[in-house]
Amino acid sequence: MNIKNKIKITVNGKQMQITPKFSLKSLINKLKMPINKIAIELNKKIIDKRKISKIQLKKGDKIEIVHFIGGG
Amino acid sequence: MIDKKFKIANKIFKSRLIVGTGKYKSFSECAKAIKTSGADIVTVAVRRVNISNKNKARLMDYIDPKKITYLPNTAGCFTAEDAIRTLRLAREIGGWKLVKLEVLGDKKNLFPEMIETLRSTELLTKEGFKVMVYCNDDPLMAKRLENAGAVAIMPLAAPIGSGLGIQNKVNIRIIRKQTKLPLIIDAGIGQASDATIAMELGCDGVLINTAIAKARNPFQMAEAMKLAVISGRKSFLSGRISPNLFGEASTTNKGII
Repeated sequence: MNIKNKIKITVNGKQMQITPKFSLKSLINKLKMPINKIAIELNKKIIDKRKISKIQLKKGDKIEIVHFIGGG
Repeated sequence: MIDKKFKIANKIFKSRLIVGTGKYKSFSECAKAIKTSGADIVTVAVRRVNISNKNKARLMDYIDPKKITYLPNTAGCFTAEDAIRTLRLAREIGGWKLVKLEVLGDKKNLFPEMIETLRSTELLTKEGFKVMVYCNDDPLMAKRLENAGAVAIMPLAAPIGSGLGIQNKVNIRIIRKQTKLPLIIDAGIGQASDATIAMELGCDGVLINTAIAKARNPFQMAEAMKLAVISGRKSFLSGRISPNLFGEASTTNKGII
């Protein structure tokens, strides 16, 4: 893959490169995230997990993927 | 004596002890301590997933949210906006509406920032959340939270994680007198007797994390806390004798030789 065709996005504060026309669902699958145990924010907007296959990622997108951890 | 049910936002819970899931050495230790405590509500926090270590264990793999009520918190939030963002995300994970609001204003003592807490309570309630509110032990603020729609008032006993026990019993008693909402002591419990005192003051429940998780034997402490809460509740319901400055013999003088 030509590096010029890659798109830079930020996931949980870390830069990642993806190919064009990459969906949010493909990203979640690539990261092997269990969909029923996470929540996703795209550019500070919460995403309905049922719609992630329809969302195409764009250059500069900022994605946050969160889950539950121990807390008081 | 039959106790009334422990009910929060119209849901009945068996145990009056709520436990936190933080500060344990491992998830398995945490799961075992929770089981021993008998708690059916546990607090959890929302944080970023570690994307570079996909195989890392997850809390939800050890504590089944179908068997125990997850109470998402807003630990680490300092503004209403942070808290609302966090709880919206928590709701998206699996539909949780019952939440613990905790907006801090002071990194050293972890005291609640009550202006932001009150604002968050109003906003979250409007969004349909059922908000259990960590707050200071101020009766006036507790009243305002109640008017803003809080489903439970959760005043601190002492700073979070301090283990100092209940510092202001008078205020807790005044809050108890003025509210019919569930009153739950949240933060500052150090040992089992602190939990008993909270219940004897008429609180409906106690929320404990550090005192169990950081005890030398967390499992034994979990059991101690479970018994302490039950004991304190029974003591409260039984109606204590009036304290008296002078002694009163337990044995009658009648028939004395």
